[in-house]
Amino acid sequence: MSEIEVRNLHFSYTKGQEVLAGITLDLNLRPTAIIGQNGAGKTTFVKLLKGLLKPTEGDIFVKGYNTKEKSVAFLARYMGLVFQNPNDQIFKSKLIDEVMFGPLNIGQDEKTAKRNSLEALDLVGLRNRINENPYDLSLSDRKLVSIASILAMDTDIVVFDEPTIAQDYRGKEKIKDIIRYLKDKGKLVITIIHDMDFVAETFERVIVFNRGKVLLDGDTRFVYSYRDKLRTASLEQPYVMQLAQKLHIGTPLLTVDEFTDWFNKR
Amino acid sequence: MFFMKIITVEHLKYKYPLSDKLALDDISFEIEQGEFIGIIGQNGAGKSTLCQALVGLVPNFYKGSYGGTVLVNGINVSKTEVSEVASHVGLVFQNPFNQITGSKLTVYEEVAFGLENLGLPVEEMKRRIDNVLNLLGLYEFRDKNPFDLSGGQMQRLAIAGIIAMQPEVIVLDEPTSQLDPQGSEEVFRVVQRLSEQGMTIVMAEHKMEKIAAYSDRVMLLHDGKLIDFDIPKKVFSREDIEEYGVITPVYTRICKNLDIKDENGFYPITIDEAHERLEKIL
Ligand SMILES: Nc1ncnc2c1ncn2[C@@H]1O[C@H](COP(=O)(O)OP(=O)(O)OP(=O)(O)O)[C@@H](O)[C@H]1O
Ligand SMILES: Nc1ncnc2c1ncn2[C@@H]1O[C@H](COP(=O)(O)OP(=O)(O)OP(=O)(O)O)[C@@H](O)[C@H]1O
Ligand SMILES: [Mg+2]
Ligand SMILES: [Mg+2]
Repeated sequence: MSEIEVRNLHFSYTKGQEVLAGITLDLNLRPTAIIGQNGAGKTTFVKLLKGLLKPTEGDIFVKGYNTKEKSVAFLARYMGLVFQNPNDQIFKSKLIDEVMFGPLNIGQDEKTAKRNSLEALDLVGLRNRINENPYDLSLSDRKLVSIASILAMDTDIVVFDEPTIAQDYRGKEKIKDIIRYLKDKGKLVITIIHDMDFVAETFERVIVFNRGKVLLDGDTRFVYSYRDKLRTASLEQPYVMQLAQKLHIGTPLLTVDEFTDWFNKR
Repeated sequence: MFFMKIITVEHLKYKYPLSDKLALDDISFEIEQGEFIGIIGQNGAGKSTLCQALVGLVPNFYKGSYGGTVLVNGINVSKTEVSEVASHVGLVFQNPFNQITGSKLTVYEEVAFGLENLGLPVEEMKRRIDNVLNLLGLYEFRDKNPFDLSGGQMQRLAIAGIIAMQPEVIVLDEPTSQLDPQGSEEVFRVVQRLSEQGMTIVMAEHKMEKIAAYSDRVMLLHDGKLIDFDIPKKVFSREDIEEYGVITPVYTRICKNLDIKDENGFYPITIDEAHERLEKIL
């Protein structure tokens, strides 16, 4: 059994206008990126996985449970979702209360919740600011708070909706490290993201959404080799790959390090 | 050609209320009409604060303590009503959600809202709205509620609303953070075209490849101070740039690893420059 099974999923907000038009896939333990043009249905898809929306047709099984038959509260024990806009998630006036809310809500005792929350705040680098009001933080820090809140829940499945918004170089590195850390802990990480180079450096599997359907799905290098298909989905290849192609280098190089190594060994 | 100074900032200092450190620390610079200026710097460097100071939200909305002057198109922005400044300088917020009025029921009306105070003839208003909605790929969503848009669609709407007003200066605070790769490229192209037509552009951004390719000059901020303000090639060739928490474009990093510089001692910063150099070697 895969962690998540999606079968013939259809969804529309307004009758007659399908946002997701027949998606079937399995998500297992490989860190997976979902990419695609604005409005492709990525956020809608993860809200469905989380049970916040219910399929208009088809089924989603999370850890074997059909999301149609289980409450959002029940599913929350298995899956955490970091929202695209942190304002949709943050509502407490003290940072530590904000981060502890999720873990307490899914039944962790006070002590465990506190320990997990502090550990999560350590990971995002905000442990020394636990008494601050999240509303006074900058957008980049608020995004990190919303990430910590989900990490503290210690769920088997963690979904990030555009985690790198507003992050500088160090912030992005921090998020890469968190994703690798979660992978090593045996968790399934799914991330929606528009940064193609970040994807190239961080994820093993890439799923391309296009107009409510899956256009490509496979290993990162494999998916990124489809330049023209990516273009039809408003995407691009990572910058390094674009340069390698322009130079007619036959090897599909994804990252700065790969390029440098290739060059030095040629 | 006569170059007019459109923005003059002198000894700008600013501290948010309740804060004990300067968010902007003695900043001075001049920008000419039609320039495309990139602002870079790590999280917390002061990019958004500077953007807000250019439209007068700092200090008039945030309060706090303020020193120095910001002149835009001859207007002293700190001493002018924010609404008056807004017709000359438009700001696209870092979080598009904060830009949506919340009082309009459709995307179309949302864009119209900003134009209503400009006293434009109805035909001109319609023409501008249709134009920006097409430009940003939102025409098919014109009757939709702004809050029912996807994140990227909402960011496109925030940009559209400001471009429609055609102010002399547009300030954009990480305007493409939620856009798909091609959408992001399109916004840079649109904005560059506007600057070629004489509009002045100031844009805070973490996408260094784009800043390198599109901006005329780059401002490097750190800890509220202006560290450098020069052509992108020079700024990205600084040996100490990573100390400011800024990473150089991918192309620059590759060339740096391989020790490839141009005859002036600068690293390539765009794909075309890197290609040209590497092609000769390969
Ligand atoms: N509303 C506020 N109240 C108090 N301090 C603030 C406020 N907004 C920003 N600051 C502080 O001012 C400094 C500059 O912040 P600013 O948001 O301008 O940085 P930035 O360069 O835009 O960062 P980012 O890349 O995260 O957007 C930071 O130390 C920040 O914590
Ligand atoms: N609450 C809603 N009501 C009606 N339509 C909606 C709603 N939320 C989203 N949509 C529409 O559904 C489509 C898919 O939206 P979704 O937010 O899933 O896109 P996305 O792939 O996450 O895009 P982005 O990259 O811009 O975040 C869009 O065309 C959007 O306008
Ligand atoms: Mg989305
Ligand atoms: Mg900012």
